Amino acid sequence: MANKRIDEPTGTETVGHEWDGIEELNTPLPRWWLWTFYLTIIFAIVYVILYPAWPMVDKATEGVLGWSSRGQLAEKMSAAEQAQQGFRDQLANIPIERLPDDSALMARAVAGGQAAFKVHCTQCHGSGGAGDQKLGYPNLNDDAWLWGGDLKAIEYTITHGVRWPDDDETRFSQMPPFEGALDDAQINAVIDHVLSLSGKAQPNAAGAQIFGDNCAACHGPQGKGGRDVGAPNLSDAIWLRGSERDALRRQILGPRMGVMPSWGERLDPVTIKMLAAYVHSLGGGEDFVEVAEDPEVKVDEQP
Amino acid sequence: MQIEAALARAGLWFVLLLLSLAVAVTAKDAGFAAHAVIIGIVSFAMIWITAGRFDPVGGGRTFFKMPDSPSQYDDEIVRWGAIATMFWGVVGLLAGVFIASQMAFPWLNVEPYLNFGRLRPLHTSAVIFAFGGNALLATSFYVVQRTCRTQLALPSLARFVFWGYQLFIVLAATGYLLGVTQSKEYAEPEWYVDLWLTIVWVAYLAVFVATLLKRNEPHIYVANWFYLAFIVTIAMLHVVNNLAVPISFLGSRSYSAFSGVQDALTQWWYGHNAVGFFLTAGFLAMMYYFVPKQAERPIYSYRLSIIHFWSLIFLYIWAGPHHLHYTALPDWAQTLGMVFSVMLWMPSWGGMINGLMTLNGAWDKVRTDPIIRMMVMALAFYGMSTFEGPMLSIKSVNSLSHYTDWTIGHVHSGALGWNGMITFACLYYLFPRLWGRERMYSLRMINWHFWLATLGIVFYAASMWVAGITQGLMWREYGPDGYLVNSFADTVAALHPMFIMRMTGGLLYLSGALVMTFNVWMTLAGKLRDEAPMTSPSYDPAKDKPIVGSRPAAHPDSVPAE
Repeated sequence: MANKRIDEPTGTETVGHEWDGIEELNTPLPRWWLWTFYLTIIFAIVYVILYPAWPMVDKATEGVLGWSSRGQLAEKMSAAEQAQQGFRDQLANIPIERLPDDSALMARAVAGGQAAFKVHCTQCHGSGGAGDQKLGYPNLNDDAWLWGGDLKAIEYTITHGVRWPDDDETRFSQMPPFEGALDDAQINAVIDHVLSLSGKAQPNAAGAQIFGDNCAACHGPQGKGGRDVGAPNLSDAIWLRGSERDALRRQILGPRMGVMPSWGERLDPVTIKMLAAYVHSLGGGEDFVEVAEDPEVKVDEQP
Repeated sequence: MQIEAALARAGLWFVLLLLSLAVAVTAKDAGFAAHAVIIGIVSFAMIWITAGRFDPVGGGRTFFKMPDSPSQYDDEIVRWGAIATMFWGVVGLLAGVFIASQMAFPWLNVEPYLNFGRLRPLHTSAVIFAFGGNALLATSFYVVQRTCRTQLALPSLARFVFWGYQLFIVLAATGYLLGVTQSKEYAEPEWYVDLWLTIVWVAYLAVFVATLLKRNEPHIYVANWFYLAFIVTIAMLHVVNNLAVPISFLGSRSYSAFSGVQDALTQWWYGHNAVGFFLTAGFLAMMYYFVPKQAERPIYSYRLSIIHFWSLIFLYIWAGPHHLHYTALPDWAQTLGMVFSVMLWMPSWGGMINGLMTLNGAWDKVRTDPIIRMMVMALAFYGMSTFEGPMLSIKSVNSLSHYTDWTIGHVHSGALGWNGMITFACLYYLFPRLWGRERMYSLRMINWHFWLATLGIVFYAASMWVAGITQGLMWREYGPDGYLVNSFADTVAALHPMFIMRMTGGLLYLSGALVMTFNVWMTLAGKLRDEAPMTSPSYDPAKDKPIVGSRPAAHPDSVPAE
């Protein structure tokens, strides 16, 4: 081409084309660039020989190494399962009341329960199990229990859920709405009374009267609640849906009641046992002495 | 325009207006009705414009400002495109900063229209298709005329391409806010918007190819190879990935023609090559024209440009499956996606080498010319992210990085560093030339922009690397008993400081773009800032004409069509 020239600063010849003042040098390909490109091609060829790569008529070539991603997953899963096998069998065979006797087994159950809790429970109860007062998810760290806080009671609640329509044995309680049944002054009085049970307000005789007539049947004359009907304890200063007067008013007029799925439908009994052990370990776990009136577990009384 | 023609055109727009009103009334969902209203408003505006254009003497020349003589380039649409790029750039960056803030402070989610799920596609589409797309449209029309030494072919169609593309952007953006989406990443607009874009895109291809065909140069310049590869491939990707069956012609919803893993693979074949051909090939085309022009140096290696062009476009199209490692996609397809990505490393770097080495003999300009400085930084980030990409495609790396913020960091070092910086540099080159100014209002402010943007990217990329690796390690952490240690919420809590750093980086980058907006405003107002000098080649209008100098006389058919 006619317009070739030597470029002054680089000493390289141009190709001879020019577009809007732009010329091109005839520099050869950088060697390191070319050789690295060749190396990546060689890597690619070796890799497709070793691993599944070429689609054929029936299926793809399997590769010299015989590797597959499903195979790799199955290998890792079976290794993990084998490592846990003895432990899971042990856990399956021990009644949950006996679990605290074996502290090593208990520790592993708590660890497994913690992992399962992070997957299945944190969405509502929070990653630390602290729940949410605004949304009405119970705090699992305190020692207030609606349905009982020993291992067996927790396992039952997890297995069957709370107000879960598909489970006949689900925990079920219902508070009637008092909208229209009580006038404003009566509501205020009963709120005063309820707050006074935990020392948050002055006692109110009228309120106490209304409470006795309407609420004590479930919540008990002292407002201590009742686990047999799942009625919350109103005297422990622990609130599921807030302690403000407005929150109490809302809850009396139109109670909101939470739902927990019945996990027995989705999780195996061993995982549920581990979950119960973990929730029990969070700080509020009770031993069986406190539920001695329940004849079924009476025999398992702890020393 | 003759009175009959004007009436006929206004009448056609009026029919479209009535049609869109009818559709708005009978539409099956609010999103479709809203879009019909937008079409109606556009039709009304077109009636207005048609009436205003009625000019028995001057013809279309006054409205479209077509060049009066064949010795001038047709730059009107490039001017509009440059301004649209600036505008959508600021909108897109603002949306990005806002959604980054939503990640750090979830209460910023305003339901339903301004929640993260709707704003995120608004951000990605605004920066990729509105900002990047307008930059590509404007620069391709600028570059193809100059490197072919001819005027834009089919000038009316070119104007339709620009305004039709803006309508596409408006329909896409409003659709996201109204919840109209087909849930394909970077291809969210629904069937009717896709059809519209197809029409616009084919018109774009026609204008570009017709201009190449009537060139007055013996050869086609490398920038135009890249532009052409970008336009052709995007047309193919767009059509195939958006194959869908509308549920109703009066509703916005549709079903994809593919299902299951086939749909996923088609989507990522599209998604990866949107990166490859929109954000890489297209922007390399910009680089191949504006870097040698600004540096006033020849391209480093013609041979390298040939080899890396063909290897890049051949290899890129196969790399998509690396987005679906360890999924239901068959192992063989994952393998091929990975090895093609690894082989892509050097072809990608060919563009960086050719760009950077073009500065041989002009490296001193990095010290004195802020636009060159931006271009060098853009090429450096291009090189970094095209190394990071093949690395992340390797399965064992991907098993740590996938689904984490590392991917987000990778995308943004490419998007902010490469696409953003090279676009800003090209715009700084274009604005004074398009408006006949001596130089930008302030070269110092370009330098401020450079530093704000660079600092912003450093904040962004560094925080996302840390966040991504933290996430990846926390997700796969097992305790001694073989149980997972962290819940998802734990990892979110751990990343909070990184999210705030990312937001800070975005704010810095946005403030750089705002400095630029001011600079551009003052340049268009014809002002020059009194400041200590920096250098940049100044504009010589005499040289910037299709047929000048030593070139042979005009080819007979280079006379504009109208």
